[in-house]
Amino acid sequence: MAPTKKERTASRNPSLVRGIGKFSRSKMYHKRGIWAIKAKHGGSFPRHEPKPASAPPPAVKPPKFYPADDVKTPIPNRRKPKPTKLRASITPGTVLILLAGRFMGKRVVFLKQLPSGLLLVTGPFMINGVPLRRVNQAYVIATSTKVDLSGVNVDKFDDKYFTKEKKKTTKKGEGEFFETDKEETKALPQEKKDDQKAVDSQLIKAIEAVEDLKAFTQPRRNKMQKTTHYQLPAVVRRYECYLPDSTSGA
Amino acid sequence: MVKGRQGERVRLYVRGTILGYKRSKSNQYENTSLVQIEGVNTKEVAWYCGKRMVYIYKAKTKTKGTRYRCIWGKVARPHGNSGVIRAKFKSNLPPKSMGRRVRVFMYPSNI
Repeated sequence: MAPTKKERTASRNPSLVRGIGKFSRSKMYHKRGIWAIKAKHGGSFPRHEPKPASAPPPAVKPPKFYPADDVKTPIPNRRKPKPTKLRASITPGTVLILLAGRFMGKRVVFLKQLPSGLLLVTGPFMINGVPLRRVNQAYVIATSTKVDLSGVNVDKFDDKYFTKEKKKTTKKGEGEFFETDKEETKALPQEKKDDQKAVDSQLIKAIEAVEDLKAFTQPRRNKMQKTTHYQLPAVVRRYECYLPDSTSGA
Repeated sequence: MVKGRQGERVRLYVRGTILGYKRSKSNQYENTSLVQIEGVNTKEVAWYCGKRMVYIYKAKTKTKGTRYRCIWGKVARPHGNSGVIRAKFKSNLPPKSMGRRVRVFMYPSNI
């Protein structure tokens, strides 16, 4: 026949009402071309060879217990959660202000959004003491200042990087039971410190490229106290008028 | 609370005053409180809707290491035309809170 046949997408039998097609069986026989296929194969519809009878499957024992009522199995949940939608004002490289938590009030650089929806953020540590950290979007104000992140590689960080390690529960002997639990002080593993340095060294170069931004992210006296907070977007942008690189946003 | 913070104290909240409960002349509804946010009047109130707020008070006994206790709440909606807001707290505010301070935070933020 023709070199390639286009796959037929719709049924040849449009439905008039659900369950009732437009064409009768005999009409459909003709439309599907069964007569032509039969003619091509010498009068009968081509069939596969019957499969060789395989050994009968091992006999299944009848169950010992039949539950009295039919229990409905729940429909499997196929939902895959997506990360929270990122606000338009937050793009990689944006300087954010943290609103709550240990580092509240600090200006911080946004690196990327993690699959859980949380934002990966860093001080950088050398500038303001904020390490690589996860932060929720709702607890953050985005400024219009952006830092160039092209030199920074953030691929290795995801949510698993930040999970707490599970403590090994050791069985306590009687004597130890009465002693106070010695909490192992967890020193930050060296590789995490190295990761921090690797990210920061690139970032600091980018920050120094933006004039005054280093001073902005460093802890300084907060001038926000005198203004009320609905004016905050204006205030935040007022700071940025000192930064020649920033673009003003709505 | 705050761990040995050096230098600046940033106030990342706005001060508010608890005016009382939502009420009519002779009925009051304690599940909603009215709060006057400092420096805010009509048009800007909408920005605060949904923001969380906290009423902080001191008690005699120490719970969880501190004598300070708090009741968390949210800004529900504006009240009237002059910048007052209605707030709902996790548990109703006690009557002695009237005239006292409430902290209105900037989160959940939408900026």
